[in-house]
Amino acid sequence: MKQSDAPLLEMKNISKDFFGNQVLTDVNFSLRPGEILGLVGENGAGKSTLMKILFGMDVIHETGGYGGQVLIDGKEVHFLTPFDALAMGIGMVHQEFSLLPDFTAAENIVLNREPLRRNVLSEVFGERMDTLDRKTMHEQAIAAIQRLGVALDPDMPVSEMPVGHKQFTEIARELSKSSIRLLVLDEPTAVLTEQEADSLLQAMRRLSSAGIAVIFISHRLQEIVDVCDTLLVMRDGKIIKDVSAKEADTRQIAKWMVGRDVSLESSHRQFAGDDDDIVLSMKNLWVDMPGETVRDVSLDVRRGEILGIGGLAGQGKLGIPNGAMGLFPAGGRVVFEGKEIALNNPRNFLDSGMAFVSEDRRGVGLLLDESLEWNITFTAMQVQDKFLRKFLGGLLKWRDQNSIEAVTDKYVRQLEIRCTGTKQRAKELSGGNQQKVCLAKAFAVEPKLLFVSEPTRGIDIGAKGLVLQALREYNEQAGTTIVMVSSELEELRSICDRIAIVSDGRISGILPARSDSAEFGLLMLGASGEQVPNAQSGADV
Amino acid sequence: MSPLKETNWQKVLHFLENNTVPVLFLVICAIGIPLSGYSASYLAQEVVVRISRNAFLIIALLIPIMAGMGLNFGMTLGAMAGQIGLILISDWGIVGIPGMVLAMIISTPISMLLGWGCGKLLNMAKGREMVTSYIIAFFMNGVYQLVVLYIMGTKFLPIRSSSLVLPRGYGIRNTVNLIGIRKSLDNLLAVKVFGISLPLATFAVIALLCIFVVWFRRTKLGQDMLAVGQDMEVARDAGIRVEHTRIVSIVISTVLAGYGMVIYLSNIGTLNTYNSHSQIGMFSVAALLVGGASVSKANIGNVFLGVTLFHLMFIVSPMAGKNLIGQAQLGEYFRVFVSYGVITMSLVLYEVRKRREKSRVGRELAAGQTAEEA
Repeated sequence: MKQSDAPLLEMKNISKDFFGNQVLTDVNFSLRPGEILGLVGENGAGKSTLMKILFGMDVIHETGGYGGQVLIDGKEVHFLTPFDALAMGIGMVHQEFSLLPDFTAAENIVLNREPLRRNVLSEVFGERMDTLDRKTMHEQAIAAIQRLGVALDPDMPVSEMPVGHKQFTEIARELSKSSIRLLVLDEPTAVLTEQEADSLLQAMRRLSSAGIAVIFISHRLQEIVDVCDTLLVMRDGKIIKDVSAKEADTRQIAKWMVGRDVSLESSHRQFAGDDDDIVLSMKNLWVDMPGETVRDVSLDVRRGEILGIGGLAGQGKLGIPNGAMGLFPAGGRVVFEGKEIALNNPRNFLDSGMAFVSEDRRGVGLLLDESLEWNITFTAMQVQDKFLRKFLGGLLKWRDQNSIEAVTDKYVRQLEIRCTGTKQRAKELSGGNQQKVCLAKAFAVEPKLLFVSEPTRGIDIGAKGLVLQALREYNEQAGTTIVMVSSELEELRSICDRIAIVSDGRISGILPARSDSAEFGLLMLGASGEQVPNAQSGADV
Repeated sequence: MSPLKETNWQKVLHFLENNTVPVLFLVICAIGIPLSGYSASYLAQEVVVRISRNAFLIIALLIPIMAGMGLNFGMTLGAMAGQIGLILISDWGIVGIPGMVLAMIISTPISMLLGWGCGKLLNMAKGREMVTSYIIAFFMNGVYQLVVLYIMGTKFLPIRSSSLVLPRGYGIRNTVNLIGIRKSLDNLLAVKVFGISLPLATFAVIALLCIFVVWFRRTKLGQDMLAVGQDMEVARDAGIRVEHTRIVSIVISTVLAGYGMVIYLSNIGTLNTYNSHSQIGMFSVAALLVGGASVSKANIGNVFLGVTLFHLMFIVSPMAGKNLIGQAQLGEYFRVFVSYGVITMSLVLYEVRKRREKSRVGRELAAGQTAEEA
């Protein structure tokens, strides 16, 4: 390891806000050549924003730049585009693959940096008519693969590769850029099998000994402890801990990551219903929802409870309600009140007495250009023939304006929807009030079971409290079973009875809401139920 | 790798599924040929003529498909440029090969300009290239008519030959006799093999173009087009100039279509001033699709298989129709009906296959579960 006076990279007093919303506050760290830095934090802790600043992504400039300094070799730099960062030898491997499926590994590795040979036509028409030098391309690709030290066939098309090889191809592409000095890996192991992840970790050590520094972002804490030299824990846009990786263990890191003031503790609810009265049972559910794939979920919901479903983004928690309702292709068995519900058919789901409040409230949830009355009563009218007056024995159906107004009025008062009147259009409301309209719409159907997905996403703290309170009250007064999916663990813990954590498309454990947040943290990071001492108590239903 | 193993029978089904259109045409031809009563040598001669006439035009479609822009109905623009070249050389009285070459030279800058404009517009309508290029062709037809019908023959663009100009004094007549260049390329080097006359010179030009296309795939520009065709965002992140690459692909296609039109019309011998170009785009696209190409994938094999099958059907269907129900009009009816039908079917099948590919993910998820339990 080469030791120079100035660190390879130093970020000083970095701060960033998006239109007044502070996402990074006074972030400081430095990185020596060959050092492996582990960066951990919950979703939204500010990791990605920090990396975006390092790479000079457009979104940073478009939102007013950042505060503080980025220094490379002790000199301050201002990257205007990711290409500038690349020129300084900083490369990044993103979470989503950026590969061309019909090209081979070699073609992807040297993409747009292909070695070329001149010919007659290129003398006339310029260098884009140069032919590719396939042999040198192949050699360069092999060199990059060897540098990484993995088994990867340079002639295999990406579309035929297992996921791990795709990841290796991406990394090899960064390595084939000769000047590379710092490599940022954003959750590279998330999609890998254990074996593939192991060989990637070995490759990282090899790179490190060759003097290439690595910033390693991962949710798998054991890997971080295993491979990193130093560890940076971020929470709410601040660096909570900057320690040597040897001094930390996974449990401690998990606590640093999720640890918040636990003032909500008192409000945890003790479930009073019957543990054996299963209202909804899912068996081996799989859902093909892009970015939220559910692989194998079996879950029982008890009548009258509020069940939370948590987990990190992209692990599949959103896929569960979307798949059960039939909005995305799904398979497996879903049994509601002893009756099997045919999947891939939303009407079936609704007819059986369930309702779903989507996380995509502008796309799926609301008719933006219509009035509140319409929005609140629409589903009930369509599915259950409510709010209709029938003439001629049902041949002619007429909207019952009086009952529509009455019910809208009721929910506007009950949920404290801020509006100028029941005729106001939905798109004129604020995000929080739109969310309440979505809930009212679901309440109007009077479901026996209600799925709520990310009910507080994008709304302010005051509105959050009201929405959560409305759900809790509805559950208590109407006895409706609620399954709530949310990224915010604390929110789940404040109103749920039990919380299931989803990891890699599977349920990694179910805990009572009062459990310690570190235990939830471990489950989120993919530790199976056995490794978490308390997990069994809630999981064995 | 895939947990879904296929039996032989499934493989056959899979093949039929992936090649529905060519297989369907093989069946139509297999039924039509005996019904028509044509001799093998007559059919072979006809097919040779159609290949030499159409192949160049169809190959012009390949490059935009590489760049992921689908079937370039905008090739009509190149056809218009080629026709303007032909009208001018007819007026100047330049005949034979020099006439054809000059027509091509005249068409080149016009094609480039039209192709560049078309490419610019298509960049504004990403994902809807095909319908946009189709409509651009209609729109530019109006501009073409303005030039040919109202400007040619006036003092802005004088046409001296009275056999070209409408009796009213300006504008080009409905048909232009291309007697000066008729078959001049075909007859340059024609040999008879088993009584079938082969226009070797035309074949040589087509072969050269094929070599160019194959070679082009190996150039930096060709590689960039393949990259852009697969994923514009990935290509952009790698520093490829996506928009520029797409425009260049349309320009090349338009220029080649212009050359193809000159070859096509020299073989036919007359230019239908206001009609020749209007259907050429559709028939070329249909032939390519008949050859088994899709919106996103096409190769030279598709071109030749497509020309052969598509035109074989045209040749036999009038006679087959006459022998079957006593009406030769069936052929003309078939020509239009089948062209539109094939395009519709290919477009629908393409989407169906894409969706099926998606549902494969689901099947693999389910298969993954059972594999784990085992």
